[in-house]
Parts: sequence; C-alpha cells; structure tokens
Amino acid sequence: MNRHPILMDPTHEAEAGRLPLAARPPDLRGRTVGLLDISKPQGDRFLDHLEALLQAQAVMVARFRKPTFTRPMPADLRREIAERCDLVIEALAD
Amino acid sequence: MTSPAGSPALPDGIIAVVRSTCPTCDLVVPVLHALSEAGCDIHVLVQDDPGFVSPLPAQLDRDLSLSYHAGIDSVPTLLRIMDGVEQDRCVGWDRASWESFTGIPGLGPGLPDYQPGCGSQHLEPRFLTELEDRFGAARLRARGVVTPEELDVTEFLFDQGWSDGLPLVPPSPSRVLRMLEGCSREPDEVLGELPPAWHPCTVEKVAINAVMAGCRPEYLPVVIAAVEAACDPAFNLHGVLCTLMAVGPAVIVNGPIGRAIGMNSGMNALGQGNRANLTIGRALQLTIRNVGGGRPGGTDRACLGTPAKLSFCFAEDEETATWEPISVARGLPTGVSAVTLVAVEGPHTIADPHSRTAASLARSFAAALRNVVHPKHVLCWDALLIVSPEHRRLFAAEGWSRTDLERELERLLLLPTDEVLRDPDGWQEGMPRASGPGPAPVWHPDLPLFAPLSAGQQVPKFRPGGVLIVQAGGAAGPLSMVASGWVNGTIGNRPVTREIIG
Repeated sequence: MNRHPILMDPTHEAEAGRLPLAARPPDLRGRTVGLLDISKPQGDRFLDHLEALLQAQAVMVARFRKPTFTRPMPADLRREIAERCDLVIEALAD
Repeated sequence: MTSPAGSPALPDGIIAVVRSTCPTCDLVVPVLHALSEAGCDIHVLVQDDPGFVSPLPAQLDRDLSLSYHAGIDSVPTLLRIMDGVEQDRCVGWDRASWESFTGIPGLGPGLPDYQPGCGSQHLEPRFLTELEDRFGAARLRARGVVTPEELDVTEFLFDQGWSDGLPLVPPSPSRVLRMLEGCSREPDEVLGELPPAWHPCTVEKVAINAVMAGCRPEYLPVVIAAVEAACDPAFNLHGVLCTLMAVGPAVIVNGPIGRAIGMNSGMNALGQGNRANLTIGRALQLTIRNVGGGRPGGTDRACLGTPAKLSFCFAEDEETATWEPISVARGLPTGVSAVTLVAVEGPHTIADPHSRTAASLARSFAAALRNVVHPKHVLCWDALLIVSPEHRRLFAAEGWSRTDLERELERLLLLPTDEVLRDPDGWQEGMPRASGPGPAPVWHPDLPLFAPLSAGQQVPKFRPGGVLIVQAGGAAGPLSMVASGWVNGTIGNRPVTREIIG
C-alpha cells in the first residue's frame, strides 16, 4: 500500500446541515404548545400531566399522536405541528 | 478509449505497446522497424526493456501508468492517437489488420498471418493493485479519503467512526474494484433507501462496506440481497434500529450460492470460524451503520443490544434437510439462491436428548418459545426456531412436515389468559386486563401491542406464522435453538425473502 493510501468513503457522504436551535420565547403566554405522543405505552399519562400543568398557566395546548413509535412521523403530521404550534414537547415512555 | 483527464498523455500518431517477454511482441519487432522505415509516424511504448526494439527509439512505461490509463488488455496493441485522444486500436498480430490500420501493405513477410498477444504487464496483480490504489478512485463514485502520513491506517479507520468496534480491512480503491467484480450489477445502481438517514444505498457503497467487513468478492451478491431486504418497508429497519429491544437483522441464506462460497450450515453454523457467514452479516451491519447512519447511541437505542448485532448470518442446511428450504416455503422456486432477513436477538439452546417422539420434542420447543421476550407476553413478538439434524430426524421419522410442527406449536402455545394477565398484587408484568368480559383477540396486523385481554379465555402466544422454522446445525447434538424476535404487524415488521442476483 502507498505511503498515503486513499480509502473509499463507506458513508452516505451527505453532510447533515447543522440547524440552529429555534429562539426560546421569554414565556409561554399566548403561545401554543404541541404535545406529541409517539404511541409508546403510558406516554399519554405523562402528557396528560403536562397538559394540566400548562393549562393551569393558561397556555394553549394541542395534542398530537404518531400512528406508531416504530416508524418515522408522517410528513403531514410534521407539517401540521409546525403550522399550529410555537413549541413542541415529545413524550417517550414505556 | 479516451484517457481520463489528468492521466499521462500519449503522443499523437500510432503507438505500439509491447513488452519484451511476449513472444508475439518479439515476432513483430521487425514489423515495427519496417513501419518506421516506411515513414509511418510510429512510437513504441515498452512495458519493461527500453532496448527491446533497438535501434528503434522507445519510451519506457516505467510505472505502467500509461498502459493502465490507455486500458491495454494485451500486447502488442496499436493505438491511433489524435489530439491526445484514441481513435482506434488493433490488438495482437494480425497481418491484414495491421496493414489496414497503418495503410502500409506487405507487412511481416514470413510471419504467420495471425498470432494472439500476451496479457499487458500492468494487469499482473503485483502491478495492478498499486496502479488501482493510485488511480482507481477516479473509477469510483465515492469520495476518496487520504490517510495522513503520521497515522496508522487501522487507527485512522477507527477514528473515522466507520467501525463496529472491530478492526476494518482498509477499503482501498483496488480492493473495492475487485469487490465490484463479484457481481454483475452496475456500481451506481441504487438498491433502496436505508433508514434511519434514508440515504440511497448504491452497489458501490455496499461493496466498500463489504471490503471493510472482510468479504471476498463472491460474497457481494449475498450482501446486496441482504441490503435490498433491509430496505424493504416490510422489514421496517427504522423500527428495528430505534427499538430498545436487542434485535438486529439475521441473514439466512438458501440455494446453491451458500455452498459455492463455502458458507457453514452445519457444525457451529451460528458460531465463529466461517469467513462467509461472519463477514456477510458484518457487511450488512456496517452498511446500515455507514450508509443508513444507524449507530448505537444515535438512532440505535438498544438497551442492552446483543453480540448478534455484530454479525448473524448462516446458510440453511439443505444437505440433510428434512423440510423444503425456508426460501421455498416463503414462495421462491427450488434452486434459487435467496436471503431471508429476520429481526432477532442472539439465540439460545433448547436441549432435549430424551424425547423419542415428535410430539414430546414439540413440547420442549413450545416451552422454550413460551419464554420469548417474556412468558406472559402474547401476540406481541415473533421468533426464530433453528432445528438441528438430530432433532429433525424425530420429525422425519414420523413424517411431520414443517407445517405439522407449526400447527402443533400453535396448539401447544394456546395459553390461558389467566396465566398471562398482569396481577397488581403479585406478578405485575403481563398483558393488560380488558375492562370487561369478551373473547380473546384474534391477531390482525393492526392489533395494538399489549392488547387488553379478558380472564377465562385462551390466547395464542404467537401470530399465525410468527415462528420461522429453519434447519441448521451439526449432525451430532440433541440441541436446537430459539431466538426471540421483534414486534409483528403494522407497527412492527415481518421477515423478508429476496432472491440473490449474481
């Protein structure tokens, strides 16, 4: 082998663009918070608690549910959440 | 053939490529002299001895790069170059062709009319490997990565994040090009999109990962078929990766290719020691890691994982087979080479040296299968059952088909719901209780995981067809194996069988 061997890249070579974090709102007043249940057992219980806490602070809440946790989110659902919500909280559970 | 950009240029005119160790080249030396004397604009390119055509001047192709870039297969070869671009070529000694090519009649009186040449010197492995490592990257689509001088190549490969934790074979251009010769498919053919990154996976990318895994070129068609199966939405590789469970894709190979490439279906078939078994399974996992982006701690969220996620690949035993190959049972014609991909954990033993009837042995199998993932989980998980020759002889003796065994296992694994329901005051794990009485659920693809059950019913452990039964193992040993599978139905996956295309 040469002194500086060339090796072929085994990866997909697509550079994952670094996305900046969205700006954090100073508070949640007047905002809509999406609560996303990925359909894992008991995720709904966790989100029920969060919803109650948020509503106690007069925060608007929208609930969403992935059809299954084992597959990626449908594009339509992703778009709907983006259009309707300012923030989103996703619940993993078991 | 047009020389690629940046390659060494050949002068315009007629180029005769020869080597001194070729008898046909020796034969045509007087013809080259005659051509020169006749005023032909001929240049001689010699692959070894610059004095070979003396007193005619000759250029020495010292590192054979001119021959490599010109794509010379054999010598002598005449090339017609105009403005640096090849217009035409004439291979071997053929008087009529040479006369036509040069426009000069009466060449080589006394020579035979025709004599084939010898292989170009650059095609000898000792030269070709180095030439392809220098220039071969240009024939590939993938990015070439230069190893810094100060770094050990093995360490560099680890540093790139390309490894599964074990050392890799460096994917040099020459090795990748050799690997691609193992199949007839185009390097840029897209086999599918591999989750979780959902990037198109080409034959070439599979070949690079197969090199790193240690595959021989003749294994490549098997790896490609396994990748195609992994890309099938029915396999749901995204879910198999991101699950907390320990499953990974196991590759089961059927058909003549398994024997042709020396796969092990017998003694220690699931263990170490067979290059094809180990490297094919590893190549699939490396492709998933590097092209799909499925990495432990990233999208791969396995709680504990399993050693089987390094490589789990074996051939089904078709030599002492009791039943038809699993590929045939799943719809492919007899004699067709195929892979079947199934998501499972590492297997464990079912020892039964004392059963003397098929029914008794089936009870041992059922008891082991009852424990798949959890003995109180029903209609949740699939399983793989690997039956050894010694155990299969019992079924053969009583004429049990694979379907007979499947049906008996279904009968034995029809469980009282009272044994599998959660008990808040005792054994708390199990299936959730339905709010009221009702029949046990019938499996269908959209049945939720952990579907509620009513007491006093009977429920099957597995969905219909949820236990894949395959044949492997050494001749001696009353030992079969079971491997726990993964979620079935719409939210899960199912085994995928694909024909292997050479």
